[in-house]
Parts: sequence; C-alpha cells; structure tokens
Amino acid sequence: MAALEPGAEIEPLSVTPDRYLTVRYAGASGDFNPIHIDEHFAEEVGLPGTILHGLYSMAQVARAVSEAGGGPQSLRRLNVQFRGMGLPEHELTVTGSVTAVNDGVAIVQAVCTQQGKAIIRNAEAEVQVD
Amino acid sequence: MAVNLEVLGKTYPPVLYAVGREKVREYARAVGETNPLYLDVDAAREAGHDDVVAPPMFAVVYAMPAVAAGMFDPEVGIDFARLVHAGQQFTWGPLVVAGDEISTTVSVKDVSERRGSGFFAFESVSANQRGETVCTGVWSNIVRGS
Repeated sequence: MAALEPGAEIEPLSVTPDRYLTVRYAGASGDFNPIHIDEHFAEEVGLPGTILHGLYSMAQVARAVSEAGGGPQSLRRLNVQFRGMGLPEHELTVTGSVTAVNDGVAIVQAVCTQQGKAIIRNAEAEVQVD
Repeated sequence: MAVNLEVLGKTYPPVLYAVGREKVREYARAVGETNPLYLDVDAAREAGHDDVVAPPMFAVVYAMPAVAAGMFDPEVGIDFARLVHAGQQFTWGPLVVAGDEISTTVSVKDVSERRGSGFFAFESVSANQRGETVCTGVWSNIVRGS
C-alpha cells in the first residue's frame, strides 16, 4: 500500500460486471428498478439494455479508496456525481489521486470510467491516513 | 415541472434495520469485495470486531427503506419515469457490524426547480443501537422536465 501523500495515485481498480451482476446487486441492495434487471423494459424506455446501478459503480469507487486507506475504517466521506450510464459486460476502472492531506485526512479525487467515458466524475473522498 | 416547496424540511418517521451476517456477505460478494473483514467471521473477530463488518457502501442497504418513504411520498411527487440519480454523498462514523440495529431518519433537504427540471435532495441520518451516528447520506435526484 502506497503512502497517501499529495500527488500519490491510488491503486487502480478494474472490474468487469457480468451479464447477471445487476440481478445479484438488485437482490443484495434491494433496488429492483426494472431498468437494471429487465432488458425488455430497459429497451422500451430507450436504453441500450439493462444498465448498472449507480450505487454499484459508487461501491467500486468506495472499494478503491478504502483499500488505499487500509480498510473500511479509513473511509470517512465519499461524494460522487453520476454521469451517463454504466453497462454490464464492459470493464469499469476506478483511478484517483491524493490532492491534499490535512490533519491526517487525505483528500482523494477519483473517477470511474467505462469505454473511455466517465460514469462517475468528481468523486471526492476523505480517507484517514493515521 | 412544478415542485411542491412546502415539503422542504419534511421529516419521516425513523426506520429500523437489523444488520444480518448473511446480508452483509451477500452485499459484499455482489459488489466484488474481497476483504475478509466483510466475509469471514473469524477474520473479523481476530481484527477486534464482534462480527463481519459491513462495507461502507452497505449504508445503501440499511438507509434505503427510510429514503424510500421520502422518494415515494405523494406530497414530494417524484415522477419515477423521469428520475435520474444525480449524486450521492455518505459521511461515515463508527463501523457497522452484523448484529447492529440501525435506525435511519430521513428529511427533505432541498427542493427546487431550475430550467424546467425538479431537484430533490434527501438527507438520511443513521444511528446504531448505542446512539452513535454511523452514516449521514445526501441523496440527490433530478426529475427531468418533459
């Protein structure tokens, strides 16, 4: 684990959600919005198919920044803006870097991209470093 | 779209969620967590926790039933066909572990209308059985204009 110092990059995280991930995440989270689990419904409302839950993608950002901090107790705050939509069966990548460290708390700016587009941008985390 | 500004500040009754070990493990597996603190009771206990630790984003699971009360409130009047989850913030306190009972209170933090779209933000405050605030959430939604 690299030290969280200003300018340091966090370990990138990549994951490719499989075709049925959205069904498992729906069950695990309790969010059964049909745009995530019903391909016909999703297409009827103009989507290319089922789309990822935004909070699933946010969970990938949370994984990356909390592992960078050494575990769940290090993650104090995470703020994200959702943009576009994430799709199953395409790789998600979370990258980020430390912009400042104040009083033992690192500010990490992160982004979650898929197919070259940010689906979460301006993610900002506060991670306890000591 | 017209928004009902009178719901600003409206607070809903607290909703209690009992954190189960297998639910934590189910959630952790669904999001791809590999840290044994979330999956292995022995590893969690060796690290000093009473039971498996809920990943921070498990806040979604224990807070969502309370948030849903606001989202589905007819006085708020969200049109789900035009709803976009625009942003999310969580601020965490002490860790949540299986066996905890989490009480979440939700209020309407922001209601506004800009360029024909409605903006709705809910705040959730979740506390454990010892009264410690384990997570505060801000759930920001946009209802696109027609």
